[in-house]
Amino acid sequence: MSQLAAELLEPITPPSGQVVASEAIQGRGPWQLAWARLRRDKVAIGSSLVIAVIALAAIFAPLIARLIGHGPDTQFQSTGLSPQGIPVGPSTSFFFGTDDLGRDVFIRVIYGARISLLVGVIASGMAIIVGVVVGLAAGYLGRAADTVLSRLMDVILSLPFLVFAIALVSVVGPSLTITVAVIAFFSWASVGRIVRGQVLSIKEKEFVEAARSLGAGDLRIMFVEILPNVLAPTIVYATLLIPLAIVFEATLSFLGIGVIPPTPTWGNMLSEAMPFYRVAWWFVAFPGLALVVTTVAFNLLGDSIRDAFDPRGSRSS
Amino acid sequence: MLRFLARRITFGVIVMWIVATVVFVLYFLAPNDVARTLAGREASPSTVEAIRHNLGLNRPLLTQYGSFLWKALHGNLGYSYINSVSVVTLIAQRIWVTISLVAGGAAIWLVLGVGAGVVSAIRPRSFADRATTGLALFFYSMPTFLLGEAFLLLLFFELHLAGLNWFPGSGYVSLAQSVGGWARHLILPWLTIALVTAATYTRLTRTSMLEVMGEDYIRTARAKGLTERRVTLRHGLRAALTPVVTQFGIDVGTLLGGAIVTENVFGLPGLGQLIITSILDQDLPTIIGLVLLASAFVVVANIVVDFLYAVLDPRVRLT
Repeated sequence: MSQLAAELLEPITPPSGQVVASEAIQGRGPWQLAWARLRRDKVAIGSSLVIAVIALAAIFAPLIARLIGHGPDTQFQSTGLSPQGIPVGPSTSFFFGTDDLGRDVFIRVIYGARISLLVGVIASGMAIIVGVVVGLAAGYLGRAADTVLSRLMDVILSLPFLVFAIALVSVVGPSLTITVAVIAFFSWASVGRIVRGQVLSIKEKEFVEAARSLGAGDLRIMFVEILPNVLAPTIVYATLLIPLAIVFEATLSFLGIGVIPPTPTWGNMLSEAMPFYRVAWWFVAFPGLALVVTTVAFNLLGDSIRDAFDPRGSRSS
Repeated sequence: MLRFLARRITFGVIVMWIVATVVFVLYFLAPNDVARTLAGREASPSTVEAIRHNLGLNRPLLTQYGSFLWKALHGNLGYSYINSVSVVTLIAQRIWVTISLVAGGAAIWLVLGVGAGVVSAIRPRSFADRATTGLALFFYSMPTFLLGEAFLLLLFFELHLAGLNWFPGSGYVSLAQSVGGWARHLILPWLTIALVTAATYTRLTRTSMLEVMGEDYIRTARAKGLTERRVTLRHGLRAALTPVVTQFGIDVGTLLGGAIVTENVFGLPGLGQLIITSILDQDLPTIIGLVLLASAFVVVANIVVDFLYAVLDPRVRLT
C-alpha cells in the first residue's frame, strides 16, 4: 500500500482501534484450494513420496544396476545359487535375494517398476486423452454426434473386458504394446462418459454464451472455455486409472499373455516365483509387495485428490 | 416401460452383432493358418487342404461370415477344433462351475461389502470407519491373482503340510455329488473373489449412505420417533443401494462369462479356465463362443440393472 493511500485511510479508522483491517482475505480458486488441502493431507504426502521413490527407482534402474554390477537378466550361477541350486536369501550382495535362475530379485523388481509405471501412465494417459476429446465432442456438439459417440461408449462398456483382451492378445501375440493398447482401448469410454456428463451442464453456463457472443468458434469454446472446467474430475479419474492398469498388466503377465519373460515385470516374476515360495519366500514377497504398495499408494493419492477437489470440504471421506 | 425394454433389447442385439463381427474378423484375418496348425508339422499339403475343406475355411469369407452368424443365431456355435465336441456342449459342461463360484462369491461380497459400508457410514471418522475404509482400500488395490495365490499357499499348502486338510487346493465337486464337498472346494475361491470385490461395495455403500443420511426425509423419519436402526436400514440403506445394484449387476454379468483369474489359480474347470486353454490351443470356435457368451451375460446384466433401478427408486422413470 502506498504512503499516500495509507494517509488517506488514516482518518477513517475509528479511534478506538477495534476494527483491524482484514488483510488475510483473498480470493482463492478451486485449484488453489485443492492444492492447499493436499499439502496439509498427510496421506497424500506419504503416498506421493512412495510413488516418487518407486518412480525414481524405475527411472534410474539401469544406473542402479550398473552401480551394483548386476544386470536384470544376469544369472549368478556361483554366488546367486547354493551348491544345491537353491536361490540365496537377502544379503548385502543381493538385497532381495535371488530367483530360481540366480538372478538378482532387487534389480528385477526395479526393472519391473519400469514396465508397471510405463503401462500405468501411458495407458491411462491415452485413455484420458481419447476420453476427454470424445466426451467433449459428444457433450458439446450434441445431436447426431452425441448419439453416435454415446452408443460407441455404451458398446465398449458392455464388452467383457478381460475375456476380450485375452482373445485379442491370443491373436496378435503378447507384447508390451498390445497390453498398453488393450488397457487404453477399454478404459477411455468411462472417462468419456464422465466428461460428457460434465460438459452437458457446463455448456449451458453464461461464460460459454459470453465466449460465443464474442465470436469464439466451437473448437475454442470446447478446448479453451470448457476443458479447464472438466479437468478436476479427469485428474482424479486418471490417478485411479493408473493402479487399475498396473494390476491389469500384472494379471496378463501372470497368466502368461502379457509381457513375456525374460523381460522382468512384477506379474511374470510372481508367476515364476509361486512354485518356489517355500524355499525362497523373498522371490514371492518382494515383487508382490512392490505391486501392492504401488497400487495402494496410487489409490490413496487418488482418494486424497478427490477429497481435495470436493467443494463440500476436505473431510467428507 | 415396454418401449424402454424394446429399445434396450434392440441395442443389446446390436452390441452382440458387433461383438460377433469383431471376433470373426479378428480370427479370420489372423496371420496364423488354423488348418496348418491342426494338421501338425509333418502333414502333407493335401492333408492341410482336406482339413481346410472340412472346416469350410476354403469358402469365400462372406459366406463363412453369413453361415457363422446364421448358426450362432440358432444357438449353434460350431465344433471345437481340438476335441470335436460342440462348443455348446463344452460350455454346458463347465458353466455350472462358474455359476457356483460366482453365486457363492456374490452372496459373500454383497453381505460383507454392504455391511462394512453401512458400519463405516454410521459413524464417519470413528475407529471402526477408519479400520473398514483402510481394509477396503487394501483389498481394492489387491490383484485377484495375488490374493488367490496367498490363500492357496497359506490356507491350503501350509495347512496341508501341517496335516490339516481343511481346504482342498484345486478341483471341483458338483453340488449333486456332495453338498459339503462342493462348498469345501469352493470356499477359498469364494473368499478370493468376495474380498477383492467387496471392497468396491464398501466404498460405494459408504459414500452413498453418507449422502442419503443427510437428506431431509431421514430427519423426518427420525422426528417421527423411529428407532435409529429402522431409520438406517429401512429409510437410509434402501435409497443408498441404487448404485450398489448397478455395480452388482455388472460384476455378476462380467464374472459369469468366466472368472478367469480365480478359476485358473484354483484349478476350477469353469468357463474361465476353458477360455485360457482354448486360447493356448488356438481353438477358434470355442474362443468365439465364449466371447459371445460373456458379452451376452454383460448385455443382459445391463438391461436387468436398468430395470431394477426403476423398481428400487420410484423417482427413476424409464423412457
